[in-house]
Amino acid sequence: MSSPAVARTESAPPSKPVQRLGDRIFSGSTLTAGALILATLAAVAAFLVLQSVPALTENPEDISIFTSGETFWTYVWPLIFGTLWASALALVMAVPVAIGIALFISHYAPRRLAQGLGYVVDLLAAVPSVVFGLWGANTLAPLVQPFYLWLTENLGWIPLFAPPASGTGRTILTAAVVLAVMILPIITALSREVFLQTPVLHEEAALALGATRWEMIRMTVLPFGRAGVVSAAMLGLGRALGETMAVAMVLSSSGIISFALLTSSNPSTIAANIALSFPEAYGLNVNVLIATGLMLFAITLAVNAIARYIINRRKEFSGAN
Amino acid sequence: MSKRIEVKDLNVYYSKFLAVEDVSLTIEPRSVTAFIGPSGCGKSTFIRTLNRMHEVIPGARVEGEVLVDGDNLYGPGVDPVLVRRNIGMVFQRPNPFPTMSIRENVLAGVTLNNRRMPKSTADDLVEKSLQGANLWKEVKDRLDKPGSSLSGGQQQRLCIARAIAVEPDVLLMDEPCSALDPISTLAIEDLIEELKNEYTIVIVTHNMQQASRVSDRTAFFNIAGTGKPGKLIEYDDTNTIFTQPSVQATEDYVSGRFG
Amino acid sequence: MAQTETAPLQRSGPASGSGQGSKPGTGSGAMPNVYASGRLGKSVPWIVLGASLLVSIAIFALVQVASGGGFNVAGAVVLTGVLNGVAIYLTALLVEGGRQAKDRLVTTLVSSAFIIALAPLVSLFITVLSRGTARFDVQLFTESMRNVVGEGGGALHAIVGTLIMTGIAALISVPIGLLTSIYLVEYGRGALARAITFFVDVMTGIPSIVAGLFAYALFAIFFGPGIRLGIAGAVALSVLMIPVVVRSSEEMLRLVPNELREAAFALGVPKWLTILKVVLPTSIAGITTGVMLAIARVIGETAPLLVAAGFTANMNYNPFDGRMQSLPVFVYSSYVSQGTDAQAYLDRAWAAALTLILIVMALNLIARLVARAFSPKLGR
Repeated sequence: MSSPAVARTESAPPSKPVQRLGDRIFSGSTLTAGALILATLAAVAAFLVLQSVPALTENPEDISIFTSGETFWTYVWPLIFGTLWASALALVMAVPVAIGIALFISHYAPRRLAQGLGYVVDLLAAVPSVVFGLWGANTLAPLVQPFYLWLTENLGWIPLFAPPASGTGRTILTAAVVLAVMILPIITALSREVFLQTPVLHEEAALALGATRWEMIRMTVLPFGRAGVVSAAMLGLGRALGETMAVAMVLSSSGIISFALLTSSNPSTIAANIALSFPEAYGLNVNVLIATGLMLFAITLAVNAIARYIINRRKEFSGAN
Repeated sequence: MSKRIEVKDLNVYYSKFLAVEDVSLTIEPRSVTAFIGPSGCGKSTFIRTLNRMHEVIPGARVEGEVLVDGDNLYGPGVDPVLVRRNIGMVFQRPNPFPTMSIRENVLAGVTLNNRRMPKSTADDLVEKSLQGANLWKEVKDRLDKPGSSLSGGQQQRLCIARAIAVEPDVLLMDEPCSALDPISTLAIEDLIEELKNEYTIVIVTHNMQQASRVSDRTAFFNIAGTGKPGKLIEYDDTNTIFTQPSVQATEDYVSGRFG
Repeated sequence: MAQTETAPLQRSGPASGSGQGSKPGTGSGAMPNVYASGRLGKSVPWIVLGASLLVSIAIFALVQVASGGGFNVAGAVVLTGVLNGVAIYLTALLVEGGRQAKDRLVTTLVSSAFIIALAPLVSLFITVLSRGTARFDVQLFTESMRNVVGEGGGALHAIVGTLIMTGIAALISVPIGLLTSIYLVEYGRGALARAITFFVDVMTGIPSIVAGLFAYALFAIFFGPGIRLGIAGAVALSVLMIPVVVRSSEEMLRLVPNELREAAFALGVPKWLTILKVVLPTSIAGITTGVMLAIARVIGETAPLLVAAGFTANMNYNPFDGRMQSLPVFVYSSYVSQGTDAQAYLDRAWAAALTLILIVMALNLIARLVARAFSPKLGR
């Protein structure tokens, strides 16, 4: 029965258990799969870097996507600006609403309704980005255009609302609104999760002191969930930075650097620029676009790393798990 | 079918931490041996070393020997899977497989090892094992219902049936009644009484009345304090342990003065 | 303020719901219950809301009459929200005091946040439904766009392409993702497991277009620049799908109680059989749900396919040869390059968008049903 193929060396440490063939094959294949993921990621990084190098080393005069005198850095800088600006705007709009929804579902809505309402918000996450793009360009932009016109006429002295208003409504603000709608579900879902984890004892302690519901939330739920909300916002930011189609379809860009929200000349984003330029790109232009993609990768990586760091640090303190 | 277990100078470690120190004892075949002692004294850890279940916890390791009819469980080249096939175990909380019916649960030890058997043999095995666990009459009409549909006590007897279906030499029970109500507990205790005619039974229990009711021999484990290793304090006939123990700590414990 | 005078009479018991912090004594002393005094009745917030709505409609109706434009629904809704917030705050401030007023204001704000989120969702579904049905016909599912310049044509080539590429992506991702999650839960210890966990996290954050660029770069090395292949699109999708599968399967495997593994070990079942026959069957419903949600997520991806698989008007069944169209890219390309008959292109784009949404919704729905129907009862 117990006839192992292993050599019966006397010095074999007793703590080393015998491995069966089936076990070895199975654990080996799971390990291979895990290693494959590491290899894939290494390949992603390696190929992107490899293909990006020519964009930086070749003579900028030979790259047709650059206007004369432009280098890679002057080409990519407005795109980075546009990416960060659009995402920041989206975040500013999405976070308060997301916190509101999360609180509504976790602490205000009746218990029986809460889960269904959660599903409704998750529905937003299920809509493909290209449909958001179509909706943003065809429905939202015409809808908000008169409002933009009114803003530039009456509040044009604020730099953000500087005239002239775009005739189509397809400005960076519209793109940011669409982005905000798209990142709303992820921020809501994660915030809701941390709000629900608030220790019931803390909440009841606050209520027993005669606190109103809002006072209870401010005293217990919000302090407890702060780190979670911050990291949720960061993850949402990561999404917004990399979002391509909605921006590519909604925004009519001219590749400038400008904070004005309502005009027809808007900065573009890295992802949207790749989507718009890549189908027609050839030669070194492809390398330039891949290099911009690498920049995007680096930025989202940094943002996500910060989010993970916050989550993990919180885990250590919360004592959960 | 029933075998003698000899434990010699056994130390159990979790990584660096010494959990159980220097245990030596002999468990006779066809008898019930109870391990008692306060929480954290290492009796559950120790019973798991008797079929190498402790290895499931990362970092756990053992020094010393466990001889089952002379064969060292920790000898070089020993396959823990084969050890467990011959030394069955019943756990604290009933854990029938939720994806399987009652019948499949009983046959789990056979089918999970990819062994085939004709349907009539399987039927016989199911009936024999369930009767062995005193469960046949209660479930014979609903063998295809999920195992989790039974009550807690029935689930635990199902787990015992599952354990004896693979016809082990030894049956280890780690606090088998601690999650059960008094009536289910009584049913299990009656069952243990019957099972000892065929198996060597080792049972860990918190309940001293239970130990005195079901066991022939009793081992008392204790720790000097938290962070210290658990030790075997006294091992003797159950009667002796409960009436005239030779160590003061044992007497304090069985008389309810601490723990 | 007429309602607020009678409001306390409607309450019979102690303040409930949000009413833990009531201030006794601010109302009149003749109240039957001291805990019910000085509180707004349950119906008051609704009355205030109704009043705000009426006022807003009245104002915008006047504007409409004055300017001769259409009735501004969005404006009326916004004004209702603002009016309601102000009115409920002031009402509560007068009757219940500052703390309660703030509480009611926040309740209003939080509820409106939910409405704000609903607005785009509803608008989006209404638009897609109303504009997508124009071309949601048999032709859409039976014809490609080959040699079509104006009206007519269909998205069959795109649907087939989506199915092929998503299918291949699933075939690549599910085994790798599932095995990796098994490694992480059942075998992984130490540095390698930590590294894999960390890099799966990193992978979750890869922007979809970067995944497309990677697949393009990978295949460009073997086939030269300018290559667009269906298989490249599938590889790009798997890069996005693998981390999702790993995450969800890992979560499901960790939900399997350790006691079941121990029960199998104690019966002398080797570890690999325990995993295959006990752990996986117990968690299969959750894993299936996770896989379906992962598919639902990548099936709507546009950017990576645009970059890696390109777009075409022709049917292509071979992922290893030539460009391959997909539904999301079909929507995008129809929208971006509107041909001679712009409306025909837009109609097709909306119809394809509707198809895409229906597919994604169906996948989500099935995933939830699977989760509900096949999850084993773990009891306890």
